[in-house]
Amino acid sequence: MGYQRPTFQDKYENYIGGKWVAPVDGNYFEDTSPIDNGLVTRIPRSTSKDVDLAVKAAWQAAPAWGKTSAAERSMVLSKIADCMEANIERLAVVETCDNGKSIRETLGADLPIAIDQFRYFAGCIRTEAGSVTNIDDDTVSMEVHEPYGVVGAIIPWNFPLLMAAWKIAPAIAAGNCIIVKPAEQTPVSVLILMEMLGDILPPGVVNIVNGFGPEAGKPLATHPDVKKMAFTGETTTGRLIMQYAAENLIPVSLELGGKSPNIFMESVMDADDEFFDKAIEGLVLFALNQGQVCTAPSRALIQESIYEKFMARCLERIAAIKMGDPYELTTMMGAQASNDQFEKIMSYIDIGKQEGAEVLCGGAAYKNDQYPNGFYVQPTVFKGHNKMRVFQEEIFGPVLAVTTFKDEDEALAIANDTLYGLGSAIWSRDMHQVQKFTRGLQAGRVWVNCYHIYPAGASFGGYKNSGFGRENHHMMLEHYRQTKNVLISYNKNKLGFF
Amino acid sequence: MASTLVTERVSVTPAAEAIIDQLREQHGALMFHQSGGCCDGSSPMCFAVGDYLLGSRDLCLGEVHGCKFYMSAQQFDYYKNSHTIVDVVPGRGASFSLEIPLGVRFLTRSRLFTEDELANLRPVETA
Repeated sequence: MGYQRPTFQDKYENYIGGKWVAPVDGNYFEDTSPIDNGLVTRIPRSTSKDVDLAVKAAWQAAPAWGKTSAAERSMVLSKIADCMEANIERLAVVETCDNGKSIRETLGADLPIAIDQFRYFAGCIRTEAGSVTNIDDDTVSMEVHEPYGVVGAIIPWNFPLLMAAWKIAPAIAAGNCIIVKPAEQTPVSVLILMEMLGDILPPGVVNIVNGFGPEAGKPLATHPDVKKMAFTGETTTGRLIMQYAAENLIPVSLELGGKSPNIFMESVMDADDEFFDKAIEGLVLFALNQGQVCTAPSRALIQESIYEKFMARCLERIAAIKMGDPYELTTMMGAQASNDQFEKIMSYIDIGKQEGAEVLCGGAAYKNDQYPNGFYVQPTVFKGHNKMRVFQEEIFGPVLAVTTFKDEDEALAIANDTLYGLGSAIWSRDMHQVQKFTRGLQAGRVWVNCYHIYPAGASFGGYKNSGFGRENHHMMLEHYRQTKNVLISYNKNKLGFF
Repeated sequence: MASTLVTERVSVTPAAEAIIDQLREQHGALMFHQSGGCCDGSSPMCFAVGDYLLGSRDLCLGEVHGCKFYMSAQQFDYYKNSHTIVDVVPGRGASFSLEIPLGVRFLTRSRLFTEDELANLRPVETA
């Protein structure tokens, strides 16, 4: 069973103050689908003038939204989730069209997780309580949380709706209004979501401004009336976001990717059972979302003693990956998100070959007969060593770098020899061994005997160069608000200094 | 006979030079900073000189078509044995790099240095 390419309006506008607003300068850019490189629609090419309008609209809404009860905000978030759920197929097929990923992933992962993000934060804010301390017999201290007012978010293109949900849900749950700039490659799904939401959201609470990084992203990140910035992307832009934040003395949260180690200890092969089958899938998950995941398990570390047999089974599973029409439910891998990503991946495959890494499978583009103009790459596995560039740099494609280790200490040393620390995983039947790795791995997430699951309530964020801030968890509420201490004296007597 | 010419660490294709010229006309003097990490990372970012705050630990690998090319010292550790070629390809990238509105994206390609070249490399400079 398959889906059809969805239909779109000829062009979309910015969503500002609850209205569709044309870009002030009247310019649009073409949004294309990486599935066939065909035109999807035209999207506003906004400038600082449009960002100013959005910031103004957000501040108009902020005082009232910030004072709504948690019950009221929670209800709005729940309604957003319900609306997304009722429209899940339309949203999934739009996301597949704009991003290129297979429909089975948008239906089975992107959308359900995004929907749950709203439900999770709807619940969080109903269970919260501040704290009150009796400092002494007649002094009471209250810690009160207040929203910043207006916050900004720059969204990546690998999970356009899901990453938007990860930023919008906690920001508005905390009582802020938000301005979202979607990625240039994947702007349309969040606009269609806004269309569906209609008047569920009060005008100005969520505003969407589209455009290019230097023209629309920069004015948002430098705007003096934006009180916090959240960004998911890469390190150079991450530094730039901090530099702009320094100008305005505002906080930021950054998530900047990784080169995550996926470690397989010899005990995984103690039996050819369900768990071993799961471990094989665990390695092959490097190909999920065409490898365009910040936490992609892009380095597999396999114990020497099982390497040959384990890898042979994994290569069989990789050979069974079905590529083809992303709109078909049986297709496992779709298109890379854009031509420049495709070219970058091919350049890293070239570097890997030059450095002498052995190509165990793939190593080339995939020729999609149905969509000859799309951007497809075969799942590729390199065997090499951890100092090679394909082991150290994030390729953001379906490219796995595999190496071996002798013992636990060597596995940990290789795993942590990276600039990044976002994801990691340990596969073992030995719980004592597992404990050594869960404490020894330098990463914000350690998966034990699993990979690529993102339940709301399990925090997500980086160690080292992978950034800071913890999304997907109620901790994120703290990144979207400030704390006011109210210190009350019930004592009628003066201090006695003057 | 060993060459006395210094081996450059970074070079640029004619197509990328043409885009640099176009951007320079619009934005003035330019520089590159090689990004790491996810999404649009592992790509060179082009900024107007002064817009991007260089750090004391950023390294300058050389100059391409009048633009200094930088990366963080940590990242350079993995680039020290390869020559970096700044190229440009069609495609809609994200990021704050100045060529994004043109519908093209700068890209780095690499080539490993030969033994001879390794003996005679341009020294890197701190920013």
